[in-house]
Amino acid sequence: MEKLILLSYGSGGELMRELIEKDYLKYLSNPILDELLDSAVFELSGKLAFTTDSYVITPIFFKGGDIGSLSVYGTANDLAVVGAQPLFISLSFIIEEGLPIKDLHKILESISKAAKEINVNVVTGDTKVVEKNKGDKIFINTSGIGVIKSNRDWRNREINIDDVIIVSGDIGEHGLYIMLERLGMKTDEIVKSDMGYVGDFVLPLLDNFKGIKFVRDATRGGVATVLNEIAHKYNVEIEIEEDLVPTKDWVLQASEILGIDPLYSANEGKVVIVADKSQAQDILNFLKNFELSYNATIIGKIISTQKPRVYLLTKIGTKRILESLKGDILPRIC
Amino acid sequence: MSLVKTINLNSMFNYDSQSLKLFTKEIVNKIKELVGDKEYVIMEFCGTHTHEISRYALRSILPKNLELRSGPGCPVCVTSEEDIDYIINLVLENDLGVITFGDIINVPGSVASLSYLRAMGKDVKVVYNPMESIKIAESNPNKNYVLVGIGFETTVPMLAHTLINIKQKRLKNLFYLSLHKLTPPATMVLLDSNEVKLDGIIGPGHVSTIIGSKAWEDIAYKYRIPFVIMGFEPQDMLFGIYVLLEKIINKEYGVWNTYLRSVRYEGNKKALELIFKVFRISSANWRGLGVIPNSGLELNNEFKEYDAKLRFPLTKEIKVKKTACRCGDVLRGVIKPYECPLFAKACKPSSPKGPCMVSSEGSCAAYYLYEMN
Repeated sequence: MEKLILLSYGSGGELMRELIEKDYLKYLSNPILDELLDSAVFELSGKLAFTTDSYVITPIFFKGGDIGSLSVYGTANDLAVVGAQPLFISLSFIIEEGLPIKDLHKILESISKAAKEINVNVVTGDTKVVEKNKGDKIFINTSGIGVIKSNRDWRNREINIDDVIIVSGDIGEHGLYIMLERLGMKTDEIVKSDMGYVGDFVLPLLDNFKGIKFVRDATRGGVATVLNEIAHKYNVEIEIEEDLVPTKDWVLQASEILGIDPLYSANEGKVVIVADKSQAQDILNFLKNFELSYNATIIGKIISTQKPRVYLLTKIGTKRILESLKGDILPRIC
Repeated sequence: MSLVKTINLNSMFNYDSQSLKLFTKEIVNKIKELVGDKEYVIMEFCGTHTHEISRYALRSILPKNLELRSGPGCPVCVTSEEDIDYIINLVLENDLGVITFGDIINVPGSVASLSYLRAMGKDVKVVYNPMESIKIAESNPNKNYVLVGIGFETTVPMLAHTLINIKQKRLKNLFYLSLHKLTPPATMVLLDSNEVKLDGIIGPGHVSTIIGSKAWEDIAYKYRIPFVIMGFEPQDMLFGIYVLLEKIINKEYGVWNTYLRSVRYEGNKKALELIFKVFRISSANWRGLGVIPNSGLELNNEFKEYDAKLRFPLTKEIKVKKTACRCGDVLRGVIKPYECPLFAKACKPSSPKGPCMVSSEGSCAAYYLYEMN
């Protein structure tokens, strides 16, 4: 019989201790975690960033990653975009009883791999098991702490007319691919999530360019929603050109079949950047050196500081409003 | 040579961005020349056209005296108040599970929307592929489920396929509520009513792919109106509108198909066969238009045992609550979305008061999202 997670694994007893000591430490061991105290204890100094996110994606395994790597990258990305070097993360599982242990191992292995790649340590964690049908396989919450070097802190830089809008690469992949997967459609190898760690290029970018004025990863709600968030936060009008938005062919095809605009589809490894016009070309050239941002593109600019609004110049040359996402196009994509 | 004349509609997808913009300018100029200072009203019957017209801001470049009106072409929108309440009653009174797809769960009924009932803990499932309903019913054998079938001719074949599978598997706990609607009879009702004087019709692309361009001939000849079937790319629509205007001005009537890469004269025979293996024509209740004979589909005798309305008849009469929502008038093209007193005030995509604001194909949602300036 296949070994399954039972309710008793979450009750704090013998089975749980076994799970922690044998499985968790095997994949995630580091000096802070290995102490197995009720809290992780460590020293940090400087400006800190602190974030949390929960991951409820279905399916839990997908092309380009799984719920484990997503829970590490997603939280690390939230730290990196504000200029923080991710250091420590917490890891909390809510498991539905009946999850095969081998699936949990697979998830732990992928968490371990992602954490090593980014150079963060999982320093504390928790596991709860809920009855069958009270959850869906596994939910993960991670929180993360990072340190912001002062030269990377872009928060007080002023956004002006003619500042450019950059997306770090082809958009809409994660959301549309997960939707195809949920529809049970067979897809080619190239059709997959774009999941990745954006700190790889965002942190060096911030080290090199003072003209970076805003960075946000375009997850749920897609690029269109981030642009609207920028417009409202800074009270600016933004204009982008549909023709300039980098999009893979399969994304365009999927978006036509599913009726979902790639501008609203979630990304898991793409950021939207507002940058000073004078550095725009150098920034693009710099971004092209990194695997995750080789196709970085200027898609538009700030056109006024009068009111919060985003416009799209369509491919036929007309101009219309680009609203933020209304309602849910698809729940549980991350 | 003019770009408009040389264009091959089948290759329009491959236009580079500069040619596309050039084509747009040129064809819009030609449309302006045709329209002159006369006033014309044309109607698109298909919700996808409504959505794309707004998405590409076509109204902003077309002459103001050429009016594009939206018709009853959004399947979720035309679902009647009574039918929404019937579904909600199924969940509340019979403790059934309801399986549906699309935006129907956000349409407010007299009591609540299905998404509200779901949040209350009622069994409401949204699937992306109707075949998923079979898995759900199989894994919950002690519970009865109703699969809600909504959609025009375009979506019916997929659901007919699902029903054939339900029958083959001899499922005893999965039933079907057919709210399908057929578009030509509704078109006739609209033209008969004369509430809106139409000069020409933008024919639906997806529906015509199934039923064929010939299905519209009777209407075009009876009402002496030009009917031009169009694709959904902005260049398809602009070219189609140009052709339609030519016909209007030349006082020609009939059916013209400018969506050759998808629509055939006879339609898709296999899909039609599949539909009539499972369904037969019946009357249907349309929001805004009322009950229209021969405009719906019900399960035929072979599939009758799965008919939810027969298996779970209503125990009490449904009294639909009157609201200020004017979705029905919007669907008939009598008013434009922004002429409804609720539009963008009490009624927004995040808090819709009627289906025209719920569905992405609804005119109110399209106006709200893309044309608020």
